[in-house]
Amino acid sequence: MKIHEYQAKAILSRYGVSVPAGVACFSVEEAVLAAEKLGGNKWVVKAQIYAGGRGKGGGVKLAKSIAEVRQFAEAMLFAPLVTHQTGPQGRIVHRLYIEQGVDIRHEYYLALVVDRTSQCVSLIASDAGGMDIEQVAAGSPEKIHKIQIDPLAGLNLRDAERIVREIDLPESCQSAAITMLDALYRAFDENDASLLEINPLIVTPDNRLIALDAKMNFDDNALFRHPEIVALRDLDEDDPLEAEASQHGLSYIPLDGDIACLVNGAGLAMATMDIIKLYGGNPANFLDVGGGATVEKVTEAFKLMLRNPGLQAILVNIFGGIMRCDVIAEGVVSAAREVKLTVPLIVRLEGTNVELGKKILADSGLTIISAGNMADAARKAVDAAARHCAEAATGGV
Amino acid sequence: MAILIDRHTRVMTQGITGKTGQFHTRQCREYAYGRDCFVAGVNPKKAGEELESIPVFATVEEAKQKTGATVSVIYVPPAYASAAIDEAVEAGLDLVVCITEGIPVRDMLRTRARMRGKKTLLIGPNCPGIITPGELKIGIMPGAIHQQGRIGVVSRSGTLTYEAVAQLSELGLGQSTCIGIGGDPINGLKHIDVLKLFNEDSETDAVLMVGEIGGTDEEECARWVKEHMKKPVVGFIAGVTAPPGKRMGHAGAIIAGGKGTAQEKIEVMEACGIRVTRNPAEMGKLLKSVI
Repeated sequence: MKIHEYQAKAILSRYGVSVPAGVACFSVEEAVLAAEKLGGNKWVVKAQIYAGGRGKGGGVKLAKSIAEVRQFAEAMLFAPLVTHQTGPQGRIVHRLYIEQGVDIRHEYYLALVVDRTSQCVSLIASDAGGMDIEQVAAGSPEKIHKIQIDPLAGLNLRDAERIVREIDLPESCQSAAITMLDALYRAFDENDASLLEINPLIVTPDNRLIALDAKMNFDDNALFRHPEIVALRDLDEDDPLEAEASQHGLSYIPLDGDIACLVNGAGLAMATMDIIKLYGGNPANFLDVGGGATVEKVTEAFKLMLRNPGLQAILVNIFGGIMRCDVIAEGVVSAAREVKLTVPLIVRLEGTNVELGKKILADSGLTIISAGNMADAARKAVDAAARHCAEAATGGV
Repeated sequence: MAILIDRHTRVMTQGITGKTGQFHTRQCREYAYGRDCFVAGVNPKKAGEELESIPVFATVEEAKQKTGATVSVIYVPPAYASAAIDEAVEAGLDLVVCITEGIPVRDMLRTRARMRGKKTLLIGPNCPGIITPGELKIGIMPGAIHQQGRIGVVSRSGTLTYEAVAQLSELGLGQSTCIGIGGDPINGLKHIDVLKLFNEDSETDAVLMVGEIGGTDEEECARWVKEHMKKPVVGFIAGVTAPPGKRMGHAGAIIAGGKGTAQEKIEVMEACGIRVTRNPAEMGKLLKSVI
């Protein structure tokens, strides 16, 4: 799960990390009032969307007067912001964060991530802050410094001392930096974060250490013990279909193609997308109905897939283990009755209760293209989609 | 003996009294020598009871002492599952198979740190388990699709493993042992660990390795294979069409920071002499072509 910058900063400041004074705003008037209340002679107007790359996309602006705050807020709020992470359609900005402007002497980069290989949390630091860290890593890897944090012992003081020296923090900031690293790790660990990124961390001309930006992601598996984090969820930022799917216990991700797939198991679902592509088609989604699918779940899955206006075919690929083929078949039949099927349906069933499942489909009277194996299913789906698309274009049925 | 388990293995179920644990323990007992192998259950609140004539003990230690079980399978809910692994490791079991899906990463980081220097091996979590066809099944895979034979299978996924196994069986290629190592970012045995075991196993002739996007385990395994593997290895990587930044169901299946793409994995595997098919319907066929 992701949260906004201002929410991450609120969490970090509870751990003693210095952040600029700021106010989250939902309207232009609020933004202007916030700037007046914050005082000073410069402010930063920051669009709050989950995607990164906001600065380059025009979502972070330095205002030198209240009039400029108003001007930037008017331009950003309720308009789409396009960054390299949003896709070409961008995200509509619903929230702004107005911050007091801070003078910068130098920018650094800090991040905490779960390192799968060492099975530890890694602290990554660089004195090349404020830039795209992936480019830094590719272009000048010697500028990236790393330490691994023992999950049982926590941040090791000597490691922390070493890394603040390696990134050349001014002497007078080093002890504050070590305290900050410890605070960041505690914030990461105690909140079950999966990513914590400060880019940039800055040193001011008077040698104060401030987190100018903050990004935190959280482990979905641990949200059950963090209701306070779940409460931060911004529904405007979630893809509505993905959110609806997750309410029904389905894992669904919309893609650009026109062949929807309904599969049990994440690996098989990805492989089904891959084989559709391999045979010349384009998958419309990733959809894993999971191991404990019910008739209701399958019906909901069908409704989600049919919401796609460009849909040309649906491919159901089930390898029943715990999941019984007869349950899937009943779900398919019930869904087809409830929602009008306007595109060809290709079904491949294998595994537990496969004969019963096939019988349910055959007895239903539905027009179903059945497939003997995965290759057959993909080939038939690609053909049927192409045919359906051509018929629609020529006005046929 | 294939690898890790056979008909002589003695197994306890942690979480035997829950619906899932009960159902799958029953299924496993009905497979091959399962009736002899599943000898104990663990649940501190139901100690002294019996479940389908399997005695339930309060602790893993006690179950081990009383029945000689050296392997455990875990169906405990996610919030308590890492503590269940810890208990099995403390009791000095040889192997723990954790089926539970949805364990917090932070819990697994701590559990894996506690396992350092201990002898216990872990399969999973969030995995289908392990099966030595014709001998013993520990997990939730459908037993009927397997055939006894000499091909090793290792995979991060569940149903995609069943697909692979079914293709092998269809071609008459039985399996020595099949292991689903799980789809979580922090887990026990990795591809490389399982390949090392297959390499030393006199009953395995070739290995089918199924991977997916996320992490770099497949690449590390491939580099090891190039240097050390004495047997043919073929592979498939799921997720060529997966978009970056999206978690594809499994907690570990995510392309992050440009790392962990299927294309990268396939390139490294092929450079290391592993033949990889782009077609998930041809995993069995590819394996057949190398033996």
